[in-house]
Amino acid sequence: MELLIRNGFVYDPVNGVNGEKMDIAIKNGKIVEKVNERRAKKIDASGMVVMPGGVDIHSHIAGGKVNSGRLLRPEDHFKDFERKTVTTRSGVGYSIPSTFTTGYRYARMGWTTVMDPAMPPLEAKHTHEELSDTPIIDKASYPLLGDWWFVLEYLKNGQIEECARHVAWMITATKGYAIKLVNPGGLEAWGFGRNVNSIDDPVPNFGITPREIIRGLCKVNKLLNLPHTIHVHTNNLGKPGNYVTALETMECVEDLADGDKPVIHITHCQFCAFKGDDWRTFESGAEEIANYVNAHSHVTMDMGQVIFTDTTTMTADGPFQYILYTLSGNKWVNHDVETETSAGIVPFHYRRKSFVHATQWSIALELALLIKDPWKILMTTDHPNGGPFIAYPRIIAWLMSRKAREATLKKINPKARSRSLLPSIDRELSFYEIAIVTRAGQAKALGLKNKGHLGVGADADIAIYGFNPEEMEPSKKYKAVRRAFKRAAYTIKGGQVVVKDGEVLKHMDGATMWLDVQLCEPCEIELNEDMKRRFKEYWTVGYENYPVTEDYLAVSHPITVKADV
Amino acid sequence: MPVVKAVTCPVCGSLCDDIELTIENGRIVKVKNGCAMCEAKFLGYCCEHRVLKPMIRKDGELVKTSLKEAIRRAAEILAEANYPVLYGWSNTSCEATSVGIELAEEVGGVIDNTSVVCHGPSILSIQDVGIPSCTLGQIRHRADLIVYWGSNPWSAHPRHIERYTSFSEGRFEKSAWRGYVTKIKALVGRKKIQSAIKRLVLKKPSQISTHLEPTFVSPIMRKGRKLIVIDVRRTKTAEMADFFVQVEPNKDYELLQAFRALIRDQELAVDKVAGVPVEYLEDVADAMVSCDFGALFFGLGLTMSGAKLRNIDAALSLVRDLNMRTKFIIMPMRGHFNVTGANTVSTWQTGYPYAVDFSLGYPRYNPGETSVVDVLLRKESDAALIVASDPVSNFPHKAAEHLAENPLIVIDPHMNVTAQMADVLIPSAFVGIEAAGTAYRMDHVPIPLKKVVNPPRGILPDEEILRRILAEIRKIKKKQEAA
Repeated sequence: MELLIRNGFVYDPVNGVNGEKMDIAIKNGKIVEKVNERRAKKIDASGMVVMPGGVDIHSHIAGGKVNSGRLLRPEDHFKDFERKTVTTRSGVGYSIPSTFTTGYRYARMGWTTVMDPAMPPLEAKHTHEELSDTPIIDKASYPLLGDWWFVLEYLKNGQIEECARHVAWMITATKGYAIKLVNPGGLEAWGFGRNVNSIDDPVPNFGITPREIIRGLCKVNKLLNLPHTIHVHTNNLGKPGNYVTALETMECVEDLADGDKPVIHITHCQFCAFKGDDWRTFESGAEEIANYVNAHSHVTMDMGQVIFTDTTTMTADGPFQYILYTLSGNKWVNHDVETETSAGIVPFHYRRKSFVHATQWSIALELALLIKDPWKILMTTDHPNGGPFIAYPRIIAWLMSRKAREATLKKINPKARSRSLLPSIDRELSFYEIAIVTRAGQAKALGLKNKGHLGVGADADIAIYGFNPEEMEPSKKYKAVRRAFKRAAYTIKGGQVVVKDGEVLKHMDGATMWLDVQLCEPCEIELNEDMKRRFKEYWTVGYENYPVTEDYLAVSHPITVKADV
Repeated sequence: MPVVKAVTCPVCGSLCDDIELTIENGRIVKVKNGCAMCEAKFLGYCCEHRVLKPMIRKDGELVKTSLKEAIRRAAEILAEANYPVLYGWSNTSCEATSVGIELAEEVGGVIDNTSVVCHGPSILSIQDVGIPSCTLGQIRHRADLIVYWGSNPWSAHPRHIERYTSFSEGRFEKSAWRGYVTKIKALVGRKKIQSAIKRLVLKKPSQISTHLEPTFVSPIMRKGRKLIVIDVRRTKTAEMADFFVQVEPNKDYELLQAFRALIRDQELAVDKVAGVPVEYLEDVADAMVSCDFGALFFGLGLTMSGAKLRNIDAALSLVRDLNMRTKFIIMPMRGHFNVTGANTVSTWQTGYPYAVDFSLGYPRYNPGETSVVDVLLRKESDAALIVASDPVSNFPHKAAEHLAENPLIVIDPHMNVTAQMADVLIPSAFVGIEAAGTAYRMDHVPIPLKKVVNPPRGILPDEEILRRILAEIRKIKKKQEAA
């Protein structure tokens, strides 16, 4: 099928296209030089913004933890539901939408690729079953490996290559995409109800420090040539004073950088940019983090923006979730996974009038605006931890318009307002920069070559928004920006029009991307034998029943990676 | 003879996946590693109660028919119904449940699974309190205190103790099997001595026996892995426990709240709670607080007695509170092999774990209103589809009565009580033996089910039957719209 998008204002940062009026041609799901003008279906995008389909580097949309959150919170769904239509399945929202609704809602906003960032390897099948039930969007998931006993043991003994081979086995076996570390070392300690307090605090029973785990897995990541960097949720997350830990975490892999290529991604950085000794002296550490990131090129990060709403926090960081439970007194779910990881869930309401919550809101925006290079700071809410992903249009408005920020600032806690750095920041992001923080930069950080741009050969994932940048200034008309991003005029996925005027036209499967990591020496038989031997000791599931087979993926999209070990 | 290894057992919620089956001439002839229930299912599933042909009720009699006809009739019934109920799901694969939900959505019915009559109260309480839990391997590696409350795994989940709790070998905790064997030997020895004494020394035997007792005092204080059983009767599991607390029937709630007070170091002003002396309870509370990793498993003895969901409320709160002092987790002992899976699939597709009503075009959940027993008691349903379950023999009499009055479609391998009342009966393959799929263990770990032998000729898996019914319904609806 051929498609021609005409006369839109195109923003394609990877190819340096900044708002030029041009046509985009599509054939067989890919972007091409040109199509037969007569035969092709035409979309008139004049007076509209054309961007690559949105990419989300970090959004908890599937898996055991997300589903426990759904089960835990019927009250979250009662107020937000979607009826079955001729083309779409029914479902519920709000902060933890059911799978079908998740796919539709992303597509409606013009997002076409979403990464689920926390997959317990033992429950990987569950994550993939849900991802397969999440329509339209392409997706992938990161297995949690920072507290896996194999990793702790091999790194403790300095066997980096051996560790790398096992990580490769695991990524392929779980159909994962990147190495995820959550509170490295802390989750193993949480197995007995403890935690680690700094990156040099040894992990009980294993005699290894978080620093060694982070460095070790960073080296492993390089040995395996994975497209994304290690994806790190820092130690001490959510505790006042933790910006020091975040800085230490970034510093500890500084020497592993080669050239300008990033080697670490600090995720939902807002939650680890807290200054102060306790909640009373709590303040923003955004400036310190931004200064560091501005001076270094080995880091990318995402925001973890807080939205003032009722949401459901869920992370693999069991000890952090327990603290959140003791702070809030809300209902609490904990789910530790043998030899691998843990998880926790606590419903949470971010309030404008709370000093801490309002400061958190400010921190994420400060980070996004103070870090000069938009390729280094990507837009997320850490859905649903900072707020549900449907709030993205509001964040885009805050980033693009000082006026929008001031309107919200007026309504927040006065103490938080007086301490916020936002009034001193004039920067307003352009559509070009928005295209970076919401798509191009995300795809680049993920190493997705065919996503996040509109060059020839890219996947034809495109979003068209009804906003005319020639007639309106986004900084002044921020409400129009919000409206435009809330309901895309068109979303095109793999060359097919799936959304028009914010309505889903088609229920179709998206692909699940995963890495087929190929080791350079033929040691796979040995590796499998070794795994087989040790399986009984470590897990309660048999070796044969552990790996995720391809039939768990509705549309399987393997990406072959050649490793150096 | 071919041996199939690493087969998952489709019986209870433990989902042991280390079963080895020997196949001969397309039949299972030998089962290795399985418990008695597992063997019984793998060896005896092809029994005389098996239905081999689809049937339709004509003039009050079930008569054999073709599969096509049975599916057409089933589709007609569901397409005509205003408010059908779709029930069962816990003994089939997640893939089948998934089609079932699509079907329920298509016909605007109520879809409910068996948790409504087993761990439904647990789910309601989790929605109130939350739940600190973990996977079973975590308990195997770490737990030094295991409590079974109102559940009897020795009989209902026979390999639970051996694979996941007291008798499993973990990284930080060793199996308590040896201690148990020594204890049993000692017990047997003691009995022998006692009977010998009885026979030899006829005078004052009681004195001697009390003299022998003290070696068994307070095993709760000893080191290593401990097992506590709390139940209304001395079950098989209780026999092997280090400590047994016999609670009076329907008094679990009081006992749980007493524990909650005790672990906060509050003193109880009574001598007994639920028929148990407070000193006993203090010992148990002490053991709970001073363990490194505790695990509480609860069964239907807690969910379906006395205060029902309030029991679970108290149990969840107790374990949550215990986390202030130590690490403690709690887990429901799920019965059917895939009841957890039925809840899981339902939750990710509709947001709710059971009792989901699609009559308004979107998922609605209000147990007590949208749960199938209540729908039947109010006589609201006008058709029913039962998959892999036997509600007529389990439901309250009045509910079963209304169910039988409805046009009833049953998809099941067996001629069970519900199947006998069916208007359309479609035999299906045994999931986990004759059909592959996925099931979720009680701790939410997904485990694949294998197809090890072929089903009898013409028999399809649940998933495929449901797909065909759904396709047929859509055809009928299209026709109606065209007309």
